[in-house]
Amino acid sequence: MIDFELEPQVLKQVEMYHMVAAQMMRPISREYDEKEHEHPRQFWDAMWAASQSLGPAAREAAPSGKDDGGTAKLRNLYTCLSTEELCWGDAGLFLSIPNPGLGGAAVAAAGTPEQRERFLRRFREGQPKWGAMAITEPGCGSDSAAVTTTAVREGDSWVLNGTKIFCTAGQMAAEGSEGFVVVWATVDRKAGRAGIKPFVVEHNTSGMTVVRVENKLGIRASDTAMIVLENCRIPADHLLGKADVKQEAGGFKDVMATFDATRPIVAAMAIGVGRAALDFVRDFLEQNRIPMRYGLSPRRLTTIERDFMEMEVQLKAARLLTWRAAWMLDKGMRNNLEASMAKAKAGKAVTLITQKAVELLGPVGYSRKQLVEKWMRDAKINDIFEGTQQINLLIIARRILDYSSKELN
Amino acid sequence: MVSFELSDEQKMIRDTAAAFAIEQIRPAARAADESGEIPADVIAKAWELGLVRGAIPESYGGYGDIRSAVTGAIVAEELAFGDLAIALHTMAPRLLAYPVLEMGTSDQRESILPRFGTDNFVAGAAALVEPRFDFDPSALATIARRDGASYVIDGAKCVVPLAAKAETILVYAAANSDAGQAGVDGFIVAREAPGLTISEREKNMGIKALETYELMLKDCRVGAEARLGAGKGINFTRLMSESRVAMAAMATGVARAAFEYARTYAKERKAFGVPIATKQAVAFMLAEMAIEIDATRLLVWEAASRLDKGEDALKESYQARNYAAQSSLMVADNAVQVLGGHGYIREHPVEMWLRNARAFAVLDGIATV
Ligand SMILES: Cc1cc2nc3c(=O)[nH]c(=O)nc-3n(C[C@H](O)[C@H](O)[C@H](O)COP(=O)(O)OP(=O)(O)OC[C@H]3O[C@@H](n4cnc5c(N)ncnc54)[C@H](O)[C@@H]3O)c2cc1C
Repeated sequence: MIDFELEPQVLKQVEMYHMVAAQMMRPISREYDEKEHEHPRQFWDAMWAASQSLGPAAREAAPSGKDDGGTAKLRNLYTCLSTEELCWGDAGLFLSIPNPGLGGAAVAAAGTPEQRERFLRRFREGQPKWGAMAITEPGCGSDSAAVTTTAVREGDSWVLNGTKIFCTAGQMAAEGSEGFVVVWATVDRKAGRAGIKPFVVEHNTSGMTVVRVENKLGIRASDTAMIVLENCRIPADHLLGKADVKQEAGGFKDVMATFDATRPIVAAMAIGVGRAALDFVRDFLEQNRIPMRYGLSPRRLTTIERDFMEMEVQLKAARLLTWRAAWMLDKGMRNNLEASMAKAKAGKAVTLITQKAVELLGPVGYSRKQLVEKWMRDAKINDIFEGTQQINLLIIARRILDYSSKELN
Repeated sequence: MVSFELSDEQKMIRDTAAAFAIEQIRPAARAADESGEIPADVIAKAWELGLVRGAIPESYGGYGDIRSAVTGAIVAEELAFGDLAIALHTMAPRLLAYPVLEMGTSDQRESILPRFGTDNFVAGAAALVEPRFDFDPSALATIARRDGASYVIDGAKCVVPLAAKAETILVYAAANSDAGQAGVDGFIVAREAPGLTISEREKNMGIKALETYELMLKDCRVGAEARLGAGKGINFTRLMSESRVAMAAMATGVARAAFEYARTYAKERKAFGVPIATKQAVAFMLAEMAIEIDATRLLVWEAASRLDKGEDALKESYQARNYAAQSSLMVADNAVQVLGGHGYIREHPVEMWLRNARAFAVLDGIATV
């Protein structure tokens, strides 16, 4: 039966995340936007402690595309709910939270059960740790199959050489904690995408250096690292899945499949930021006694009403698409199309919503005294990473037209 | 618990409606648009689906189905996928039957509902829209004045479907022009009532196969028993919400028709030696159309599911309706664009869908779930 209602227990959980966002993130939001590259240690410690006290399901924050039997729990959907709340708090701080991150998602998707246990157990004990994933290179981003970083087998090791950029939490994963970076490298250039494999590079492995942390438009609390791999030697069993280039499964394809799980989450991030702006505008209009006359003929609405209602419904449309994509994953359905729809819609909608919020609020919106301008800067990333707007449209177009990537690119 | 899955029954109903739309409605659509006439056998066959009779209680000759706004939205989308004008015509009797069913007194139900519990299509109509640019359902200019034991109605209405054929028309009027939405009442008015005149058939940009009329009400006197719901009146907000859900669902259907046609065309049509769908400029238009259709449908379902739970859905249905009005137009316009010059020619249906889609921002209250 079609239903959009969250049960009371779930709403209670959402409320809890909202409290975290309101009480732990908002108060330091501006501070860590201004003090880019400084570390919100207290916040991290609190979040780490909280994750340690949760059950095993919640602890493995990294979602996986794997079907868990379609049990009653809607794990991916609930992750979207908590993500929306936390990003309502602060999207940059959200991305900085110590957890397995995208690196963990790659391990979960492409690793053997033994590798999953070996690499992920650290997130259940000890000090705060980060996982990161490095695909993007100076010469390739959207075209992730064009990575030039190489992995060469030498005895019991793989030797990696190349440069990775824009690696989220890369600094904390590579050098700042006992974490790891999942590095994408080719074992055989001639094999194309089949030759691209994920390798777990442990923190402080010699030959891996963070050479730069980027200065950004927004999400400044999140570190974005450039990582150089120079004769970086790692044990052979750090290759996730199988080395066989003929066997595409266990490699590129599997991690591409993790995007089906992570795109709804990025969409939820966007929605959280968009809702922050929308809530601010709503409160502002209420304080200024500007009513929203729902039900009135649209021809009689003021431009402010029209703008606000448009922002509101666009956000809701994005949320519904996001919930559907996550729900499908929870039900074990293929959601490749729907995940890209959610991501494309949310990335675009929230970019426009936050820009409109600044416009509607005038100097108040533009001022750094308020967070609205920050949300506009933060929102934009959601239309770029995890597949740009265009890349997601491309995926959608291929699916609806039944074209391969060769036929439509 | 959140779910995006139709029940087995809903899937069955959807498939039936979809098959009817593809096999019976679509083939008749273009000729109906050109001639303004819908083939009688299509209307008769649609009636047999129980689109109106289904919800009529068994004691009045109906099937006594439980009404569901979600199911209604699903059916409305499918029928409009076939053709909007034909869909609106086949469902039009609901405009009288459903409000009476939901909010009428037992006398009113007794007198109206049995008409729709029969084997053949029976016209029914409701008059909501008024011929003014700033028409607003919540601020009607048609006024019903209490005068002793009767009401006197004055005003003008337009886009009243099937008015010339309907024995009875449900006329919406403000009991008190300052009271806003809460003050809207429905009056069951006989077509032959003195003071009620029905114009020549209207001519509109789209949905040309749907007969619509203007109504003039001048000192139109009806008995107090004509007021829908008698002393209690009606929940006009709920009726409007049901209508908005229906209209938005139909917009989704029109948009999907345009999208699917354009998609097929784009894969076949070649330019510069390749199918135009292999060009991003075209493929991305189609991708955006697909996103907006799904987004619109989800907004419709959300509003509909609130109605099914008996919750207030004023805001949700309004949002869905306004969103659908925009998105369906965008999709239909893109469809014409994908076909290029050929899209402009009446040989292809996309120009008709563009004209039809424009209706959703303009018309209210001509369908319900
Ligand atoms: C803050 C931040 C964090 C990031 N985190 C990570 C991370 O953790 N790990 C990681 O690996 N990467 C990460 N990235 C990289 C991100 O995923 C890429 O920036 C993104 O995929 C786009 O790649 P690009 O920047 O090289 O742009 P390009 O690929 O050069 O694209 C430039 C423009 O061309 C368009 N374009 C490209 N190809 C096509 C096509 N085929 N059709 C139509 N248009 C096209 C794009 O949409 C874009 O508008 C991050 C980036 C940022 C800014």
